[in-house]
Amino acid sequence: MQLDLLVEQFKKKDPSAFEKLYGMYADNICGVINTIVKNDNIAQEICQDVFIKIWNNSESYNSSKGRFFTWILNIARNAAIDEIRSRSYKNEKKNLSADYFVGILQNKEEEGNSNVDTNGLRNLVKSLKEKCVQIIELLYFRGYTQKDAAEELDIPIGTVKTRNRSCISQLRENMESK
Amino acid sequence: MDVQKYIASGILELYIAGILSDKENLEIANYAKEYPEIQKEIEAIEASILTLSKKASPGLKYTFKSIMDRINNDVKIISINDKRGAPILTYVGWAASVLLAIGMFWLYQQNQELKSDIQVVEQQNFDLEQEIADSDSSLEKTQELLNSIRDKNISVVPLGGQDISPTSYAKAYWNKENKKVFIDAKGLPEPPDGFVYQVWSLKLSPLTPTSMGLLENFGMDENKIFALNNPNESEAFGITLEPEGGSESPTLEQLYTLGVVSAS
Repeated sequence: MQLDLLVEQFKKKDPSAFEKLYGMYADNICGVINTIVKNDNIAQEICQDVFIKIWNNSESYNSSKGRFFTWILNIARNAAIDEIRSRSYKNEKKNLSADYFVGILQNKEEEGNSNVDTNGLRNLVKSLKEKCVQIIELLYFRGYTQKDAAEELDIPIGTVKTRNRSCISQLRENMESK
Repeated sequence: MDVQKYIASGILELYIAGILSDKENLEIANYAKEYPEIQKEIEAIEASILTLSKKASPGLKYTFKSIMDRINNDVKIISINDKRGAPILTYVGWAASVLLAIGMFWLYQQNQELKSDIQVVEQQNFDLEQEIADSDSSLEKTQELLNSIRDKNISVVPLGGQDISPTSYAKAYWNKENKKVFIDAKGLPEPPDGFVYQVWSLKLSPLTPTSMGLLENFGMDENKIFALNNPNESEAFGITLEPEGGSESPTLEQLYTLGVVSAS
């Protein structure tokens, strides 16, 4: 209920409510962006833009259409995907789906100068099967529809929902076991 | 409704992912208000994604204050170092405009050269027209002269060379009606500098010379035919060489040619 109240104030352009929401979600949103762009600096820049966009469009959020986090998640991943599409230096042949967020782990270890909590991330995903990493990536960080995800993973569309459910359950277990 | 079955279907996970239809979203929002288990499950699923995404965070570079400052200033930050554009297109664009400029300069040069060529040709054209006009006028004069000489009133008086210049000769065409004489002096040598030929009308008894005029610009005259007035009742014509400006009376030592008018 406290969240609902904050969001209502935020929609009325209350900066202190916005500040609290920023404190609650900034790291997550920047993290979502980073799973896509896989570059700390670029992720930070986009993240700032995303929060400005969120503020400027605050009145367009409607709780009947989903969670507040889901709303800003959608804005963030669209901004990040726009960014990588516009980056001409990116190898275009690089299949988005073939480069999942766990790629951050490899990237960061090679670069060795990232702020990303690689140990924490590794612990969280180490027992996840690859098919779980894939489906979480597509549905949460890429915003694929069930149909698109089914085609991408070459599985029946009815399987997407149940597989994702079991993968998220696995993730939740990993969180609790820590 | 079987809440556990609904939760187990996996639809709430998709709700957090934000990939359901508006209708499904509204339905779930209503169930969440109605069934606390559903609300709790939704929050737990969201928490797992929050945790996962937070682990990927690169850290917060910007403070909340700096974001609010940007919002309040409404500063449109345009990165000067934005290298995302299409540099190749930019280079091609510059190259194309340089080529265009060179091409236009070349065309301008060509145009100037052509203009100058046209001026030269126009001048030549003008000169040629002038020459044709001169020729026409010369031809006209010659024909006029020819007609004058052919006139039925003309008497032809040949003037023979004298002691000082036996090879000299001249002819006088005398029109008594209009009192004109044409002297054809082609057979005379060119006079030395400072001297001029002078034509005399002569009465023979007693010998009375009357000056008819000078053959001026002898060297410049092309056909060497000179028109002179002769109101006299001439009996003979003589041509002497005189100092420039002519003389009152002929210098007989310098008599070049002489001819007598035949009695008609």
